[in-house]
Amino acid sequence: MTEPELHEALTLPSTLSTVETVEAKANEYAQKAGFDEDTASQISMVSREAAVNAVLHGNKKAPDKQVQATFSLTSENLTIKIADEGEGFDPSVIPDPLSPEGLLRPSGRGIFLMRAIMDEVNFRKLSPGAEITLVKHRNRD
Amino acid sequence: MSMNLKIRHVGGVTVLDLSGRITLGEGSIGLRDAIRDALAAGSKKILLNVADVNYIDSAGLGELVGAYTSVKNAGGDLKLMNLSKKVKDLLVITKLLTIFDVKENETDAIAAFA
Repeated sequence: MTEPELHEALTLPSTLSTVETVEAKANEYAQKAGFDEDTASQISMVSREAAVNAVLHGNKKAPDKQVQATFSLTSENLTIKIADEGEGFDPSVIPDPLSPEGLLRPSGRGIFLMRAIMDEVNFRKLSPGAEITLVKHRNRD
Repeated sequence: MSMNLKIRHVGGVTVLDLSGRITLGEGSIGLRDAIRDALAAGSKKILLNVADVNYIDSAGLGELVGAYTSVKNAGGDLKLMNLSKKVKDLLVITKLLTIFDVKENETDAIAAFA
């Protein structure tokens, strides 16, 4: 595995301020990775989605639960991991937001956007909790 | 960093000029209230001007969908105009561009309500 050029691990509370922190940090790392402004904005947006899921759906804003956010930059990838201490979830049961009935649903687009914008999206069950890993390959041409 | 919203009336159309961010807990509530108030006041033709919306997340997309559904259910018509590349890209990715009637500018949009 390539040694990270930059790496940060944050332990954050289950509040909406964490969402803002993750978004800002993801944007900072995306810019350091050399992504253009639009791509950096998309990366920070889907990182925000992951943090929203961790705070609201995972930890349910419980004050005794934390969100772990790690940001790593290697010569090849920007990797963002968001972990919560909730009950975990099964990403395969999330309805398709592109289906005719899904299009008019007001929620359920977060994970879809992560998959559309990032190169890799992986889910891991923790005990307790869930971890989502978002990877964007850096342009090296 | 939250959303700002101004309301104008042009040729029988209620125009909502949105700016800033439409995201969870920031812009979404304001938009919902504005749509509800417009419908309660009898406005059936609603135009969302998103020219100055610089950021939108899935909750914000959900609010746009909610606005569309509320207006349709009330027998009205909702259109969008002045999409930035960033917002348009999101609507393309999520296929919401197939639902919304999107116009390039206000003149075209107002005319399309007639």
